[in-house]
Amino acid sequence: MLHLVKEAFDLRTSEPPRPRLVVIGNGMSPGRALEKLFEAAPDTYKVTVFNAEPRVNYDRIMLSPLLSGEKSFEEIVIHGDGWYITHDVTLYKGHRIIKIDRQKRVVVSSHGVIEPYDKLIIATGSSPIVIPVPGHKLAGVLTYRDLDDVNAMLLAAQSGGKAVVIGGGLLGLEAAVGLKEQGMDVTVLHLMPTLMERQLDAPAGYLLKQAIEQRGIRVIVKANTKEILGTDPAKGPPRVRGLLLDDGTELPASLVVMAVGIRPSADLARDANLEVKRGVIVGPDMRTSDPNVFALGECAETAGQCFGLVAPLYEMASVVAAQLVGDASQTFNPSVTATKLKVTGINLFSAGDFADAPDREEIVLRDAARGVYRRLVLKAGRLIGAVLYGDVSDGAWFFDLIKKSADIAELRETLIFGPSYAGGAPLDPTAAVAALADDAEICGCNGVCKGKIVEAIAAKGLTSLDQVRAHTKASASCGSCTGVVEKLMTLTLGDSYSPSTIAPMCPCTDLGHDEVRRLIVAGGFISIPGVMQALNWKTSCGCARCRPALNYYLVCAYPDGYEDDSQSRFINERVHANIQKDGTFSVVPRMWGGLTSAKELRAIADVVDKFAIPMVKVTGGQRIDLLGVRKEELPAVWSDLNKAGMVSGAAYAKGLRTVKTCVGKDWCRFGTQDSTGLGVRMEKFLWGSWTPAKVKMGVSGCPRNCAEATCKDVGVICVDSGYDIVFAGAAGLDILGAQALGHADTEDETMEIIAALVQLYREQGRYLERIYKWVRRVGVETVRAQIVADVERRRSLYARFVASQVSVQRDPWADRVAGKDAHEFAPLADLPALASAQ
Amino acid sequence: MTMSEKNWTDIGALEQIPHLGARIVRTPHGCVAVFRTQDDQVFALEDRCPHKGGPLSQGIVHGTSVTCPLHNWALSLETGEALGADVGRVFKLPLRVEAGRLLIDLAPFAAARQMRRVG
Repeated sequence: MLHLVKEAFDLRTSEPPRPRLVVIGNGMSPGRALEKLFEAAPDTYKVTVFNAEPRVNYDRIMLSPLLSGEKSFEEIVIHGDGWYITHDVTLYKGHRIIKIDRQKRVVVSSHGVIEPYDKLIIATGSSPIVIPVPGHKLAGVLTYRDLDDVNAMLLAAQSGGKAVVIGGGLLGLEAAVGLKEQGMDVTVLHLMPTLMERQLDAPAGYLLKQAIEQRGIRVIVKANTKEILGTDPAKGPPRVRGLLLDDGTELPASLVVMAVGIRPSADLARDANLEVKRGVIVGPDMRTSDPNVFALGECAETAGQCFGLVAPLYEMASVVAAQLVGDASQTFNPSVTATKLKVTGINLFSAGDFADAPDREEIVLRDAARGVYRRLVLKAGRLIGAVLYGDVSDGAWFFDLIKKSADIAELRETLIFGPSYAGGAPLDPTAAVAALADDAEICGCNGVCKGKIVEAIAAKGLTSLDQVRAHTKASASCGSCTGVVEKLMTLTLGDSYSPSTIAPMCPCTDLGHDEVRRLIVAGGFISIPGVMQALNWKTSCGCARCRPALNYYLVCAYPDGYEDDSQSRFINERVHANIQKDGTFSVVPRMWGGLTSAKELRAIADVVDKFAIPMVKVTGGQRIDLLGVRKEELPAVWSDLNKAGMVSGAAYAKGLRTVKTCVGKDWCRFGTQDSTGLGVRMEKFLWGSWTPAKVKMGVSGCPRNCAEATCKDVGVICVDSGYDIVFAGAAGLDILGAQALGHADTEDETMEIIAALVQLYREQGRYLERIYKWVRRVGVETVRAQIVADVERRRSLYARFVASQVSVQRDPWADRVAGKDAHEFAPLADLPALASAQ
Repeated sequence: MTMSEKNWTDIGALEQIPHLGARIVRTPHGCVAVFRTQDDQVFALEDRCPHKGGPLSQGIVHGTSVTCPLHNWALSLETGEALGADVGRVFKLPLRVEAGRLLIDLAPFAAARQMRRVG
């Protein structure tokens, strides 16, 4: 009795009871909020924390170093058990809150604890997104989110084997590198064409991919998972054995990690009737639609945004702490954020807003040799975004400029070099050439490498281009590497040598067409982003002038290894028809050598009727043009033409168009050879390969020249003794009679000379440069010498041409009838009139 | 319906448009070109170049610009304005992405076409 009275007395005389603060979740942001709260006003609240994970608060950002074995769990704990005792915080480990009752102001845990609150913080964080493909519930399929996931991965890694990580974002790459460090054979799958596309532009994504691959991790982009494959259930509980992509590729794997993104965990708040969209809606004061309830961290949504990076989450935490102690002046105003990839040896930093926009300017620095890439985005004289790769030491400085919205007018010249480079030298335009290895081949015609040229310049004291040509033969044949040789002279001789000016390919680069081509081959660059990166392109993804040119140069350099980039092709080559002024297309089937048949003509007539094609015209190239075909009907039109044995006439292609013929000696009383047969043979042999610009040919059976062969890119005039081959004619913008190339005794020799000529043009012609312009530039004699006089060179050109034909001599129409690029021929949607049209 | 409310129509998924490419949406008021940039920004413009009516959806997309296939006018996807020395503007439609779906608001476009017919 006495005891009870004493207790009642104590209660009366002690301080008034403290308001009760309950925190749901024990992640980094509520941890920071409590720290701030205890700093500002210790002992104001009686705090209770519910943690669904059975442990104390730890640094989730450090999970990757934990996975890779660089850190232990003890090293990443933020608040140990002692901290909770010191601050009189009750921590329920392993208790998941299952209900918030806002009327009674209590929360209920999964273990039945009912805890009353005066103020409540919801910090339920987020959950990883699981792609619901078949097999996603198999044993061995994990996400990457918390310590349990890391422990499960470490366990799986002990037995080695193969792992597949789905997702090439920040978390996915960190998981992949961690698993590799643990000894697994790792493949990363990424849906997009470049890695970390949210944080990086395409060139930086390309560098990153290279760096990841150099660590022995396989990266597959544009990879869409169709199914996760399990072991036979008859042989024990099924677990993952592999993964199937929608292109049919099967990847064996004993571990699959999904790291494709996170989703705010807002169900608890939604069930409590708080306002929830993607996350729990909070105002700038971090209060939910109930002023006694705060939401904080990845589960919170404000101004339409959810946050996943630590800096804004910590800002939120400060605001919650201030609001809890009655300081209403502090509000959350989301500011720019920065990201860093936490993989040892790969340095990558991005901050702010770095999307392209017309009112923005960009400054790009690429130093391929050092693996450095920097891109700064400016708007109205201020820095608003930065992407750094390789050397990220200046990240904090740029980030500071972004946050302060500082005027950078005075810094602009040297801004990209960072804080330690004020007043530095301007970017060296010869950097790309300087970066080449000594054994990089500069002159393809004469097989001269960089080291030999540099050595000759120094050893023999050469000071002019002609001297270099005389001593090394570099740029002495076709001359296409002249620009590169001149840059080597500048590098070796310094300012004492002033090279001739070379017209840049387009405003995206200072390099000319020939230099770009030589450097593609010398440097072994195998993709458009790769070329742009290595050659210091000034824009992030080029323009409508350089992209088609680079695509052609890569097609030509790597006839079987390069994947043609259809988005870098002009519409006609993308859909294999010719666009007309009204947006319809024209369709021209091949008529080999101008020959056709009743069957073909009947099929064409049927197609014209069936598709109500408005105009049919005979072309100058001896074939038939169907004009006014709607784009979505192209595959059906082609299908009918294919059925009659007709294929694309490539009337749109920078490639072989037509071989015009006369009737030849079988019919004509003057004919000397089978000109029709030769024309058909040439067309069937030469069609397919891409060339810098279109190529038209003609074969006339006698010097009367009815096929007008002497104004074609390549022409043959048949004579009694064989075949006179002419080239570089024109009958368009310019009118030029063709010039003699040489004489052949047989059809076979004619074919070899013409194919070699086309290949030389493919290798030396600048994109969109017709044969006559190329010949005017390099000289008729130079071409003749290589094709006619130098039989060995002709043979090697011929062999390269034949090789280039292997993968391209297939009918593009048939491919599209079979379903290729189906998206090109169907509208995305067909919408009815607005129901509520005013 | 208040002035600020929008009438969003689902036209498909972001993934259905190739990077640096476009797809068309047919509407009773004319075709709309929906573009996707390398970094997954999307834009909807009337599919008619202000120069000679060329189908912009068929052009080459670079950065946030498209080059018309007929006479190489370059237009900003963000503003619809012609770039460089050319002067002109193409109608831009409200478009947003939600959970990977593309939502378009046709109302302003329909209203503008209505006015063009009346005017």
